[in-house]
Amino acid sequence: MPKPETLDLDHVANLARISLAPEEKARFAAQIGDVLSYIAQLNEVDVSGVEPTAHAFPVVNVWAADVAEPGLSVEDALGNAPAKSRNMFAVPRVVE
Amino acid sequence: MKNELLHRTVSELSKLMDSGELSAVELMRAVIARTKEVDGRVRAFNSFDEEDALSQARASDQFRSKSPRGARGRPLEGIPIGLKDVIAVAGQPLTASSRMLEGFVSPYDATVTQKLKAAGAVCWGRLNLDEFAMGSSTENSAFGPTSNPWDLERVPGGSSGGSAAAVAAGEAVATLGSDTGGSIRQPAALCGVVGLKPTYGRVSRYGLIAFASSLDQIGPFARSVGDAATLLGVISGHDRRDSTSVDLEVPDYGRAVAELGKSGRKWRLGIPREYFGEGLDPEVGAAVQAAIDEYRRLGAEIREVSLPHTKYAVGAYYIIATAECSSNLARYDGVRYGHRSKDARDALDLYFKSRAEGFGAEVKRRIILGTYVLSSGYYDAYYLRAQKVRTLIRRDFLEAYKQVDAIVTPTAPTPAFRRGEKAANPLAMYLNDIYTIGVNLAGLPGISLPCGFTRSGLPIGLQVIGQPFKEAELLAVARAYEERSDWGSRRPQL
Repeated sequence: MPKPETLDLDHVANLARISLAPEEKARFAAQIGDVLSYIAQLNEVDVSGVEPTAHAFPVVNVWAADVAEPGLSVEDALGNAPAKSRNMFAVPRVVE
Repeated sequence: MKNELLHRTVSELSKLMDSGELSAVELMRAVIARTKEVDGRVRAFNSFDEEDALSQARASDQFRSKSPRGARGRPLEGIPIGLKDVIAVAGQPLTASSRMLEGFVSPYDATVTQKLKAAGAVCWGRLNLDEFAMGSSTENSAFGPTSNPWDLERVPGGSSGGSAAAVAAGEAVATLGSDTGGSIRQPAALCGVVGLKPTYGRVSRYGLIAFASSLDQIGPFARSVGDAATLLGVISGHDRRDSTSVDLEVPDYGRAVAELGKSGRKWRLGIPREYFGEGLDPEVGAAVQAAIDEYRRLGAEIREVSLPHTKYAVGAYYIIATAECSSNLARYDGVRYGHRSKDARDALDLYFKSRAEGFGAEVKRRIILGTYVLSSGYYDAYYLRAQKVRTLIRRDFLEAYKQVDAIVTPTAPTPAFRRGEKAANPLAMYLNDIYTIGVNLAGLPGISLPCGFTRSGLPIGLQVIGQPFKEAELLAVARAYEERSDWGSRRPQL
């Protein structure tokens, strides 16, 4: 397992699309570092030949008939929009 | 009479309503009055809609008077049930106790909400939690912490702290919460009520705000094991809108528990030695030991078992849960709903600023940790390894179940701690879930029920862990102890 020091907080916060204040960055680096040091004990476990578990009771091949059903109305779907315009979500300009 | 009503069980209140001694509106009025009286101090609720609740109660009274069969087949007729503010109720706020969703109104009902309504329940209020269900104290709420009704300076546990506190304080007859790493069982223990986490897949998660989808499960808080069984029967079942819900018949849990109780079956109970070591508060340990002795007197066979990977559960959990949360919470981008920054210059800036402003510190920490463990170059070392450790943890439990019917442990290592005590140290907070987290990783059902009080009057919880989809047996084991004890009858002084 990598050492906690390898955590590049700027890079990861960028991947997560969260901007961090300088003070927040310092605090998170220390706190997440503690958690990573604790997590490092997983290295003690011999996992050779062990299959990973994604779900405790995996249910596979769940199919549904391909039939259109009523969904949310446009009005309901836009009900919580921060900004809307002509039945659409309005966002800041994306294309210059 | 009125104050008496506030601590009655679902079954007692249903009898009073069946006999005409009580109406749903009278009950709802009593609950509203109680909530107004104490919630300024307890702060279990983010919000409640008095008019809506009374109108549901009136409809329930009408149904009862018009239906020739009375309330039969509607096991929660007229009963006020509170919902954690991550479970959607159409037309009501849904905030996850986050600035990100402040002002959000749900356009639809969760499946469990539909099922409650179909069972005649009155959906009552939006209950506080740690933001996006991330925490063990309900201090991480953007709208202020909930207090423990037994000592207002202490936390109610979390993340479903509002759901537990409301039942303890008489502000709802029963409630629903969600449990990802102990978020039902731990607050139930700290508030002296019953809390049940069903087997993963037993209850539909449709309409539950997702935190960690392979671990999250909705379950009830109640004043008795019998009430928890009733609620479980109502909310369980396959749902085609949740592809992880399991298509298994839902038993009549109340009847099954009663029959198992009468059968005189001698339970084989496992005591995992790893759950009684360092970090366990002596008063909690003594109360749990006394409960185990009581089981022995009841004729149960007590066996020591080992769950050797227990010490790795918290580490594996904080990789898997944060990885899943970083993915689930990517949807909060300020575009379609939720908080949008007013200062964004362009689309990318909109994401960065909306998320920075909308999420609280613990949510950001977990998203960042989860993003890191999934990121290129680190995935195998963290995420894949954690999933393999998860396999071993699950195997430990299944191995133990070859010898025993259920496993008995403390729910939490300590009673309720003081507000602020662990707020600056996330790792210390995480370790509070050490006895509950393995159950989620293994997908098992677990229940917490009261098993005593500390000398200073704080509740202590006993955890019983069951086998997959054998909630009836789990509830029967819990009921056997409950029948012989009287802890649930104590009331907090508010």
